[in-house]
Amino acid sequence: MNRTILDLWVGFFVAIGIVALLFLALKVGNLSSSNFAETYVLQAKFDNIGGLKVRGPVKSAGVVVGRVANIHFDPATYEAVVTMNLDTRYRFPKDTFASILTSGLLGEQYIGLDVGGDEKMLKAGDSIAKTQSAVVLEKLISQFLFNKASETPANK
Amino acid sequence: MPKLRELLVALGSRVTDRIWRLGFAARFLCMILVYSGQTFLRPQLLFREIWFSGVLSLIIIMVSGLFVGLVLGLQGYDTLQRYGSSEALGVLVALSLVRELGPVVAGLLFASRAGSAVTAEIGLMKATEQLKAMDMMAVNPMARVVAPRFWGGVIAMPLLAALFSMMGVFGGYLIGVVFIGVDEGAFWSQMQSSVDFREDVLNGIIKSFVFGIAVSLIAVFEGYDSIPTAEGVSRAITRTVVTSALAILALDFVLTSFMFRSL
Repeated sequence: MNRTILDLWVGFFVAIGIVALLFLALKVGNLSSSNFAETYVLQAKFDNIGGLKVRGPVKSAGVVVGRVANIHFDPATYEAVVTMNLDTRYRFPKDTFASILTSGLLGEQYIGLDVGGDEKMLKAGDSIAKTQSAVVLEKLISQFLFNKASETPANK
Repeated sequence: MPKLRELLVALGSRVTDRIWRLGFAARFLCMILVYSGQTFLRPQLLFREIWFSGVLSLIIIMVSGLFVGLVLGLQGYDTLQRYGSSEALGVLVALSLVRELGPVVAGLLFASRAGSAVTAEIGLMKATEQLKAMDMMAVNPMARVVAPRFWGGVIAMPLLAALFSMMGVFGGYLIGVVFIGVDEGAFWSQMQSSVDFREDVLNGIIKSFVFGIAVSLIAVFEGYDSIPTAEGVSRAITRTVVTSALAILALDFVLTSFMFRSL
């Protein structure tokens, strides 16, 4: 086979191979949305993180503003300490409320930030004071059942 | 008990033969790495091998990928719609292709399409004493014949696996969105939110790279080690395909257990 045609074919092959890799990275995967240029660290303590995972999203008003960097257990307070990387473009007030929410009924869990009204902003390395744990579905159901059981005799 | 003794000897020699071959293959890999410097100095040889094992495998890889994606789309939709979550079809198709099917099936196809051809080529070169002739002309056959074929396979394999996955996702899209009518936005957005680049895509690429090394090494080794007769070469080709398939599946298990062990 002619050398230049061979080179052309190999070049073509490598090019579409790289296009396929880019397709997998950008269109199939979430490389484009998961990278923040510059981040700062915030911490939050939760009684129960439920199914929250490292690299899970941190959302405010439904927009992804950061990612969970690390989760560890604090043996002194028996709480879960969640470290988050937040985009430096977004600043949050001191009294921001962090809660663990679920997207959809069975979707992934994420940290939702509800903004407060404080004038002072959270700095890098600060800890979010007000948190709400994940809702454990079993607890919710048992609570509901207990309530039902307690109100049934009163109706009669 | 002479019969039993013979049996034991035969069994022992089979085992030691395998271990000897494994050691030889490891030494062979070191030799390839030593001589591969010359391969990269003469890229024209490498291009020819990428053409040989990559470009010529394009059709089979892309068509199989498309059909695997089409089947995944049909089967996945049938199962998912029972649970009312047919929008998750994109996630199912993409994750199963990127994580497992892409690297593994592309690897198996690559072994039977390109690996066997490489073994046959080197085996026939050995049978017709071309390798010896090269040696006589002070051309090292390791650097001239073996190393370019090895690297050609190693470079082509990840690209082929990525193409396979891409065609598969396209096939799933064709069935799910175009024919069945799953919502297009949900198809892509759910896929993007659940397929992680590092966790899924990158691990798939690493897998295909490892399979490429394994298949290429087995192919060149079996060819180089073949008995230089017509029968010996045909046996070596069979061994290439069988050993590569087993190696791919075994390596896949090992790599998966390392990569996707959720904490």
